[in-house]
Amino acid sequence: MKASSKKTFENKRMLKTPTGISGLDEITEGGLPKGRPTLICGDAGSGKTLFSIEFIVKGATVFGEPGVFVAFEEKSEELAVNVASLGFDLNKLIAEKNIKIDHIQIDRSEIEETGEYDLDGLFIRLGYAIDSIGAKRVVLDTIENLFSGLTNHGILRAELRRLFSWLKDKGVTAIITGEKGDGKLTRHGLEEYVSDCVILLDHRIENQISTRRLRIIKYRGSVHGTNEYPFLIDKDGISVLPITSLHLANEVSNERVSSGIPLLDEMLGGKGFFKGSSILVSGSAGSGKTSIAAHFADTSCNRKERCLFFAFEESPAQIIRNMKSINLDLEKHVKSGFLKFYASRPTMYGLEMHLVVFYKLIKEFKPKAVILDPITNLVTVGDSREVKSILIRLIDFLQKEQITVMFTALTFPHFIQTNPDEDVASLVDTWLSVQDIEYNGERNRAMYIMKSRGMKNSNQVREFLITDNGVEIVEVTLGPTGVLVGSAREAYNLEKSTGEALRKNAISMKNKQIESRKTILDAKVAKLKSEFELVKDELDRIYIEEQLRNEVAEKNRKELMKMRGKKS
Amino acid sequence: MESKQWELKLYVAGKTPKSMTALKNLKKYCEEYLAGKYKIEIIDLLKTPQLAEGDQIFAVPTLVRRVPVPMRKIIGDLSNEEKVLVGLNIVPVKST
Repeated sequence: MKASSKKTFENKRMLKTPTGISGLDEITEGGLPKGRPTLICGDAGSGKTLFSIEFIVKGATVFGEPGVFVAFEEKSEELAVNVASLGFDLNKLIAEKNIKIDHIQIDRSEIEETGEYDLDGLFIRLGYAIDSIGAKRVVLDTIENLFSGLTNHGILRAELRRLFSWLKDKGVTAIITGEKGDGKLTRHGLEEYVSDCVILLDHRIENQISTRRLRIIKYRGSVHGTNEYPFLIDKDGISVLPITSLHLANEVSNERVSSGIPLLDEMLGGKGFFKGSSILVSGSAGSGKTSIAAHFADTSCNRKERCLFFAFEESPAQIIRNMKSINLDLEKHVKSGFLKFYASRPTMYGLEMHLVVFYKLIKEFKPKAVILDPITNLVTVGDSREVKSILIRLIDFLQKEQITVMFTALTFPHFIQTNPDEDVASLVDTWLSVQDIEYNGERNRAMYIMKSRGMKNSNQVREFLITDNGVEIVEVTLGPTGVLVGSAREAYNLEKSTGEALRKNAISMKNKQIESRKTILDAKVAKLKSEFELVKDELDRIYIEEQLRNEVAEKNRKELMKMRGKKS
Repeated sequence: MESKQWELKLYVAGKTPKSMTALKNLKKYCEEYLAGKYKIEIIDLLKTPQLAEGDQIFAVPTLVRRVPVPMRKIIGDLSNEEKVLVGLNIVPVKST
């Protein structure tokens, strides 16, 4: 009766015990079923023991729930050493009576069976351990070892069934681990007894790189994520990375950040990228992607904003040296602490591990800008679908932190369709494409903006030059035959200037001719003037002579008249 | 070997029929083969659960022989005489 009333209560709302394993509680919406056993199964080395020990340790340290760890495989000291590498101080927790480890050794060689028996010894031990520290959590790792130690499996099965119901009665949240068997979840069919929650851990090797995955096979009475979730084990324990638990509800900023290349900013509505947005720079090999990224890093460091540069192809020293050749001094930023390089070969670990490394470094360094150069190299580790899922999560994470991220991606001229950056392109906010234009026996770079969300952007193809002073974007030259780049542009410009020179020359020739013509005419005018002067003088002389003659004649005539008058 | 003292411990959990059978069987074999040089200690785990860990007990009844070495464990109600004798190495295995 009591049990039935308890059941109806539980049906209303399933109580859960948080595991404290980052990410897992998100997928299970709260943790493992409280007061019930959960089966964790997986191959050898899939992380079962670690998973369960973290459950116990987190319970003791974070949730104040003491726990009992029954180890059928490892001794308590071995266990303590093994998990010490993950930063768990087991011995301290044991001394504080927060954790009790009971090692049950089953040595086939020293055990003989005869007649009837039961596992009351185990029950008593477990019960004693639970009661001695008031445990709320129990782990049995791996109870299947009993099957190899004891021959009478009939008794064992009956006793296990009794054990699990006994654990439920005790009200402890239990984890039972089991090794994966052929076609079954566990070698001895433990899933028959534990039916509330089953989690499968998997460890797969693809292209010689391992990825751990976790899947909740069943969880009675609760919603849960059904996907396979990648998880990893590092120095802080297990982290599960839920893909779907992230929502598209990030805040956005209207703030703009410069790309470091003035003309590029101009192409992007005159102001550059949005803060917290994601930028993809794609192009073929040697098209200057890293240079663009370096400009972006340089400008953000100049603004006194931290920048984190993930290099997957070149070492930091190589990048610094190469960028010096285009007059970008990244070294001083590294020294001043604004720029941090993180170089690793993509094949160093699986994609998931990369993602967690990104997360960690970003959390530690708190940059305002992140550069990944190039993301295409990650494809060597996983297929493009996985790379995309990683990038989705990374972009989401960065957007939440308001960090601007720039990816560079290599495009292969012949593999456009299978190229991951095409997929990624739909995720990013701004996509710059740098392309080689092969024309007339030379290769030139051209850049254009494929898309840029939320801003007016230039639809023009610009020529993109890498000079001694960094990357320069040149206004395109429109010739009579279309857009001209490289030497064609130079030739066109030259031709234009030659024509001008010729025209100028022609004009000056004309001017000279006119000048000399004028001189000649002037000379002629002067000559005519002097001729006229001569004629005029002549005429004057004649006129004066005439006058004189007239005067003299008059005078003479008057004299004559006078003389005649006197006589007459 | 003959001169040595036999120290036997029988772990039980309460007075269940199985443990009573085991004890009865054990006493019978000891009287028969080890008369005068054996000691039986009965440990009831319901009363002293902390002792279960030391001898790695997980099933009951369990018979543990610590002396003479090596340590031997026999799980069950000891109903099979031959197995018990072989298990405790009381009678050397003939031939084979």
